[in-house]
Amino acid sequence: MESVFDIFLLEAVLNGLLLGGLLALLSLGLNLIFGVIDVVWICYAELIMIGMYAIWWLHVGQGLSLWLAFPAAVVLVGLMGMALHYFIIRPVLAAEPINQLLVTGGVLFFLQALATVIFGIDFRNLGVRLPGFSVGDMYFSSARLLAFAVALAAIAATWLFLRRTFTGVAIRAISQDRSIMPLMGVNPGRIYLVTSAIGGALAGLAGCLLVLQYDVHPAIGLSFGPLTFLICVMGGLGNLIGGFVAAFVFAQFISVGGFLFQLEWGYVIAFVFFIAMMFWRPQGIFARSGR
Amino acid sequence: MLELRSVSAGYDGFQALSDVDLQVRSGEAVAVLGPNGAGKTTLLRVISRLIANRHGELLMDGRRYDAMPAWDVIGLGIAQVPEGRRLFPRLSVEDNLRIGAYLPAARGKVASRLDFVYSLFPRMRERRLQLAGTLSGGEQQMCAIGRALMSGPRLLLLDEPSAGLAPVVVQSIFGLISRIRAEGYTVLIVEQNVRQVLGIVDRAYLMETGRMRTSGTAAEMLSNDAVRKAYLGI
Amino acid sequence: MREAASALAPAPGRALKNVWLVVLALFLALPWLGTGQYPLHLIIIALIWSYIYTSWAIMGRLGMVSFGHGAFMGIGAYSVVLLWNLFGVSPWIGAVAGVSLSLLVALLIGYACFRFRIIGHYFALVTLALSEVVRLVIIALRDHTGGSLGITPKPGLADGASANLYAMQFSDRTVWFYIALAVWLTGLVLWKLADQHPSRRALQAISEDEDAAASIGIPVARTKLGVTLLSAGMTAFGGVLYAQYQFYVSPDTVSGIAISLQMVFGAIAGGMFVRLGPTVGAMFLLALSETLRILIGNEHHGVDMTVYGALLILFIIFMPRGILGTLLRR
Repeated sequence: MESVFDIFLLEAVLNGLLLGGLLALLSLGLNLIFGVIDVVWICYAELIMIGMYAIWWLHVGQGLSLWLAFPAAVVLVGLMGMALHYFIIRPVLAAEPINQLLVTGGVLFFLQALATVIFGIDFRNLGVRLPGFSVGDMYFSSARLLAFAVALAAIAATWLFLRRTFTGVAIRAISQDRSIMPLMGVNPGRIYLVTSAIGGALAGLAGCLLVLQYDVHPAIGLSFGPLTFLICVMGGLGNLIGGFVAAFVFAQFISVGGFLFQLEWGYVIAFVFFIAMMFWRPQGIFARSGR
Repeated sequence: MLELRSVSAGYDGFQALSDVDLQVRSGEAVAVLGPNGAGKTTLLRVISRLIANRHGELLMDGRRYDAMPAWDVIGLGIAQVPEGRRLFPRLSVEDNLRIGAYLPAARGKVASRLDFVYSLFPRMRERRLQLAGTLSGGEQQMCAIGRALMSGPRLLLLDEPSAGLAPVVVQSIFGLISRIRAEGYTVLIVEQNVRQVLGIVDRAYLMETGRMRTSGTAAEMLSNDAVRKAYLGI
Repeated sequence: MREAASALAPAPGRALKNVWLVVLALFLALPWLGTGQYPLHLIIIALIWSYIYTSWAIMGRLGMVSFGHGAFMGIGAYSVVLLWNLFGVSPWIGAVAGVSLSLLVALLIGYACFRFRIIGHYFALVTLALSEVVRLVIIALRDHTGGSLGITPKPGLADGASANLYAMQFSDRTVWFYIALAVWLTGLVLWKLADQHPSRRALQAISEDEDAAASIGIPVARTKLGVTLLSAGMTAFGGVLYAQYQFYVSPDTVSGIAISLQMVFGAIAGGMFVRLGPTVGAMFLLALSETLRILIGNEHHGVDMTVYGALLILFIIFMPRGILGTLLRR
């Protein structure tokens, strides 16, 4: 009996690891936007939802191959990110931060409602069954493993982009001193747009990975949106490395907590842990100085 | 090369520059002197188009550019080392230099330009991967100048390069500026450190409360009574 | 001569006051003026939401923008229903329990945030997570709470009776009208009292510059905590009212981010810096959803939220002070 308990706990831990990769991808997009533009996209999870619906519609509705639907979704949500910044966030950039939160809150409602109107409240399944596989007594879904691998690859690619390319350096610089960027030939508005496009594209990619594992419905954003915020706050809002680590920590709480108790308790435990962390390191465990 | 004609500029309700004329010819080194609040920094910001001028004309090589957006000015060959260095503290020294070459025309030449900058400032090469915020004041100034040089400019604007630096460091900075000038760069320096800057420039302007008071060669300015009384303590 | 003339022409201020009194009298007599059941229901709901939005705005207007008041409403609502259904405890006592529990949660989270200077984005996100956690706890306790399906209070009306005071159940809308009206007015009075309290100036200073306020000796954390507890308690009681009137609660209708955002939007749409602003906001939102229901019918329940979301965006961009705030230029 002891060894059976251990193996399933191990399974939960490993599944938590796989989940962590996906959550890390989610938090990367949100952290990037906040770190550069100083705005939280409350509607980030809803952008992911739109990506999921787009894939479902293209594949199940229009018969388009997944190999085409996935890139299409990434591009679509990337464009949505740019549009979000250009039309909705830019006008309130100079106002109080609360306004930026509220305006993206409005987008959250709008997108949820739009999805309800267009697709209805039923759960939509992609109709793609990826096989699972067993390691001993442990069972894993290959969709989850694939999501983990792709998420890490995307994170690595983004990291390289930020380190090596000129635009990447500009993105990293602009949050540190915006007003002198033009002296080096950088158009700050354009950098914001590029960052928004990347944030959107990462959301679109997350949608691709999620739609392989979960059915999509208009309220699905509530399942991982607030969690993503918590992860980012705990890692220090805007801190890419912090968010990465925090994602895996939270994923363990959810996976192991959900295994030991019920799924929802995993979230509760994660939140309690988060509150406890706040007493220890209020600005997030890896917060950047000055935020 | 650079010319300002009757330029006026200011901030909400405050006139910082009034009717300013200025010229910098190719290959020259020119200084702009004046006390705090004279409008010297505003002058450089106007030249770099960080602020729009209200009246007057900005010309580079005889062509007006006072409608140009700020981020295109570097394409004209004008690069500025802003007041207070303004490096990106959490980027490495090398990243700070690299972003100086953001201009598309400069990107292909990053490697050779980096070499050039490192040859001017060997200490930068040692500290390449260090975060810029951890450098000393003098090193930061070198890095900031290096960053401006990365775009391959023709005109280099320097805003108070000696500010906040120890005298020994100030000397080495001015020495470097001389070397840069000798490499063929045209230089416009805004400074409060009158004696030292007059030692390395050809001409100088004197500004007070937003207006040009007087101008002349370095030697003339050194012997100018107004300058001597106010700044050299004579 | 002059006195006679001024006595003949009533001062404009006095005339306005008379108009207000007449309106108030009419309003108080509303149930007796032949108002239909459905319009009366709308008014009651409007009053309850007005009170709830006012409760949120009492701290929201001071720079403490919480995205988590759904937590308090949910705690209040579920406390009364669960204690009644499971233990037969009167909702009056259940209300005390619900409000107390909300105060405890507000104390804990508020202390954590204020002591460690968690403001702005961080504060909003932490409170958002709080409302979600409450929602998740409600769902997780599904054996008692009915999970996502929600629960209704056990009927407590004896045959033929229209009221059960002990059970806080009244089938006569007239009674609910006066209860809602009284609570709404209480909310406005509390707002005014909060303004007259000595801490009001301190809170204003804090909302403008917390560091400066601290440096002149204002006990920032304690001061903020005070108004937070008031707001949380008031909101929890709003949840109690809502549960008992609507006679149905579910995790999504009384807790979670959607409800929290609705409160914020409602208060801001009307103008959160003005005392009657949240009320205007509630009326506006209700008018909006009713209009849409009439225009589009009951099937498309997504359309009103689409309009709602679009309006929120437009409001923030073009009218950040809200309807009343913009009208009054405040």
